[in-house]
Amino acid sequence: MSDDLTTLRLRVNGETRAVVFPTHHTLLEVLREELALTGTKHGCELGECGACAVLVDGRPVLSCLALAAEMEGREIETVEGLQIGNELHPLQATFADLNAAQCGYCTPGILMTAKALLAENPRPSGDEIREALAGNLCRCTGYHKIVEAVDWAAARMRGEEGTPPAEVFYGSPVPDAPRV
Amino acid sequence: MAEPIRKITPEEDPAPEREPRLIGKPFRRVDGRAKVTGATRFADDLSFPRMCWVRLVRSTVPHAVIRSIDLGEAEKVPGVLGFLTGKDFPIPFGILPVSQDEHALCPDKVRFVGDPVVAVAATTEDAAYEAAWKVKVDYEPLPTIGSVQEALDTPEPRIHDYGDEGNLHKVVSMTFGAVEEGFAAADEIFEDTIWYEGNTHLPMEQHSAVAVPEDDDRVTLWSSSQTPHYVHRALTKVLGLPASRIRVVACSNGGGFGGKSDPFNHEIVVAKMALKLGRPVKITLTREEVFLCHRGRHPVLMSVKTGIKRESDGRVSITAQRLQTALDGGAYGSYGVASTYYTGALQTVTYKMPAYEFQGVRAFTNKPPCGPKRGHGTPQPRFAFEVHLDKIAAKTGLNPADLRLGMLAEPDTVTANWLRVGTMGLGKCIEAVVAGSGFRERWGKLPPGRGLGLACGSYLCGAGLPIYWNHMPQSGVMIKLDRSGGVAVFCGQAEIGQGSDSVLAAIVAEILGVSLSDIRLCVADTDLTPVDLGSYSSRVTLMMGNAAVQAAERAREQIAQAVGQQLEIPSGRLVFADGRVFDATDPDTGLSFQDAVIATEARFGTLATTGSYIPPRSPGKYRGAGVGPSPAYSYSAAVIEVEVDPATGLWNPLHVWIAHDIGKSINPVLVMGQVEGGVYMGLGEVMMEESAFRRLPRHLSNALVHKFPSMLEYKSPSFADMPPVTTYLIEDPDPQGPFGAKEVGQGPLLPVMPAVANAIYDAVGVRIDQSPIHPHMVLKALQAKAKGDEARFGPKAFPEVDFGETLLVPTPAQGGDGKAINDFKDKLRSGMRSASGTMMSREEALRNKKVSVLTTELKGAR
Ligand code: FES
Ligand code: FES
Repeated sequence: MSDDLTTLRLRVNGETRAVVFPTHHTLLEVLREELALTGTKHGCELGECGACAVLVDGRPVLSCLALAAEMEGREIETVEGLQIGNELHPLQATFADLNAAQCGYCTPGILMTAKALLAENPRPSGDEIREALAGNLCRCTGYHKIVEAVDWAAARMRGEEGTPPAEVFYGSPVPDAPRV
Repeated sequence: MAEPIRKITPEEDPAPEREPRLIGKPFRRVDGRAKVTGATRFADDLSFPRMCWVRLVRSTVPHAVIRSIDLGEAEKVPGVLGFLTGKDFPIPFGILPVSQDEHALCPDKVRFVGDPVVAVAATTEDAAYEAAWKVKVDYEPLPTIGSVQEALDTPEPRIHDYGDEGNLHKVVSMTFGAVEEGFAAADEIFEDTIWYEGNTHLPMEQHSAVAVPEDDDRVTLWSSSQTPHYVHRALTKVLGLPASRIRVVACSNGGGFGGKSDPFNHEIVVAKMALKLGRPVKITLTREEVFLCHRGRHPVLMSVKTGIKRESDGRVSITAQRLQTALDGGAYGSYGVASTYYTGALQTVTYKMPAYEFQGVRAFTNKPPCGPKRGHGTPQPRFAFEVHLDKIAAKTGLNPADLRLGMLAEPDTVTANWLRVGTMGLGKCIEAVVAGSGFRERWGKLPPGRGLGLACGSYLCGAGLPIYWNHMPQSGVMIKLDRSGGVAVFCGQAEIGQGSDSVLAAIVAEILGVSLSDIRLCVADTDLTPVDLGSYSSRVTLMMGNAAVQAAERAREQIAQAVGQQLEIPSGRLVFADGRVFDATDPDTGLSFQDAVIATEARFGTLATTGSYIPPRSPGKYRGAGVGPSPAYSYSAAVIEVEVDPATGLWNPLHVWIAHDIGKSINPVLVMGQVEGGVYMGLGEVMMEESAFRRLPRHLSNALVHKFPSMLEYKSPSFADMPPVTTYLIEDPDPQGPFGAKEVGQGPLLPVMPAVANAIYDAVGVRIDQSPIHPHMVLKALQAKAKGDEARFGPKAFPEVDFGETLLVPTPAQGGDGKAINDFKDKLRSGMRSASGTMMSREEALRNKKVSVLTTELKGAR
């Protein structure tokens, strides 16, 4: 194991932080361990699950595969930087309201990936949302509530009114059963 | 209290029944904000001053005696603080009292690749890794056992020195009613052999635990656990400390699904290491280690035989069923004895079954231990039963929906194996998915390559009995109120993502008429919260919910007395709603909730109430009757549409219609999440997920290793794989549940796998009698069909197993009393082997033991 240390200034959520860390440490480790930004999660540390996704210069990056030493001068965004003051970001609000975050462990990675999607495509179709998030695993939700939450957040961010249909919250109306 | 209070009973002038304000409405979960801001503290998010790290050295061989351990090189790694080995843990543990077969670190023998042998602590995680890498363990290999068949064939060497026989951990045989007579009376007999591969929970969060030494030789463990109470018990036993000196706190779990409900080696190791080093110690498992800890779905081979009768009105009824299951248990007991019983227990609660026989065997094998995964032991036999029923429908010419609707178990009855069925919404579930999917119009009539399949399921709302025998409540809730108007609620339940915190808060808020933001929760902390047994067996909403109702109603009663007296209104007329306590007949007369509490605190002193819940007693009294009873059963039905490419065998689910009998939704958006999540997990199981193993070649140690110890290789469905899901919530409040609620965490998974198998049959006319269903299986079956062979892919035969003397239990219809008529203290199994040591056939064994088969004449005899 190498004992090399790296010292650099990281730009995280718009703030500059000086950090010293073993050179082989990933961005994930530095965020969680040096900066105590534990909102970013890990499910594999091998680039397989998407739980560790953060934004680097606006693009989703798997922080478990990125070396922190290569992050000087880059703009890093984590889930902790998503809310605006004490207000939730529309993505955060719809995720909370639609139960798109159950255990919430995959949530930070998915929120950040979705944020990048909406920055590029403010009106994504369901398939476009699914494709953008296909690298993020979630074991709790079955994914549908996440797609709906991104969809509704996008609508809110476009300034549209309205709320999701009742089925999203209550299930579909039970059909009348014609007995034969 | 000193002076008596004016007695006003609610009957005097009862407030009118009010519609609940919160219950039944989709509210944002109480932990919703923390989960979307990253503020939720999972175990790995914790750190403490002077915290150090532990890594476990795990066995690289599947079965061996530990010859020696060499720590020399490891000790030299800078930053190393200390080691623990099996010598430090002489006391065994295990989740079930009957299977205390694990050691925190293996003392003398390893039983699977991944069994922990040495623990290393170091100042950094990197150093702990490096030192662990340098530990040398010398093993003397033993023959390995990789399957139930190998366990049956290889009684020696034994993986464990306990268990029913050789390498068979548990052997069960139970006969309820006149099974042979039922078969004799049948118009037709159906027999199937079906295989269900094992799979794993794959929670997104890797297990993590942090132990912190406290003053006076106390220790606190923070862990990702579904069952802090059971971890507390295991720690007490293994560390040899009084329970009062150990505190276990379950952090929010990043998913559990049953995978975090055993006490684990690493939890015990960090607690011991923290006490040894006098500083906080953390471990976070790698994903590979999560695969090795496992406790996932048992691979089960099943044989099911059912006799049916065609009734004059066209219905088909079951005359008797025999189910045999063979479970590949892996290297340790875990929940395995319960899992074995569960493969048989719930077959009777969906359809009328006058006579039933269940025989199960669980073998020890040199693989990671299996345990409870969502549905615990019941998805495998449910798959077998529902596929079997689809074949019965095809043969009898009945629509699969009508077949099932014609044989539904009745509400408020007791089954042949003595389970009490209360509310039973399966008929409504079937009708809903059938109507929603157009099943009657479309089944059997879709173009080739397209098909619809129907299947059903049922699950417990909490296991009727705790894991260790006791007479204490299974769930306790405490409420503390004070002059701030805030309501603090304490309960030992663990939030694993399912939303139990929200259920707890909502029930208390509803009853006290306050808002969710007035509620503060303290949960899953063995020092501070009343015991709740944990988040398993779908028990929390019902059991914790009932305890919460009791605690909240007691608080409401006290407040009503004080307010009633102050305002000179009969207390029964007071309404608790909108943050106020007011007169039902004159809503302007009342107090704010805070003033009401102030009045009560002034009247009675410091305020706290408790509630507790013990399930009703089950009518079954035979050995093994403890597995299966529940205060209530949930029901589910699913129709799934698939497309199958006959050229490749590739298939895809196109749409899922699912209906779940929830009793009453506490919060429908959370219920929806559980239904959709259950459907997803079921699809994963039938589409792709499997915990498969392979043997390394002899020159590479011949080890039995996990094929897929990574998230990339263990395939699970992604966003791209999920078909649309239409969900119907069937509400028919159950008197046993809080506000009528039943479970939803596990039930909706059950019908998914068989519905897919049945849909593939509808699409291309072949039977895949196993799960998961891979394209090559469909293709092979299609090829067999083209050749005129049996259009089927699946296992050929159930192994020869000597199930020993069967327990004979008369059914309720036979006038039984819930007891067996031949209960025996020690099973007569050892005497059941023939002199040559080979297994005898069951018939032969029964003949030798002169155990006659139970007949219906018994009824007359009683
Ligand atoms: S932790 Fe980075 S992809 Fe899984
Ligand atoms: S919410 Fe639990 S993994 Fe996605």
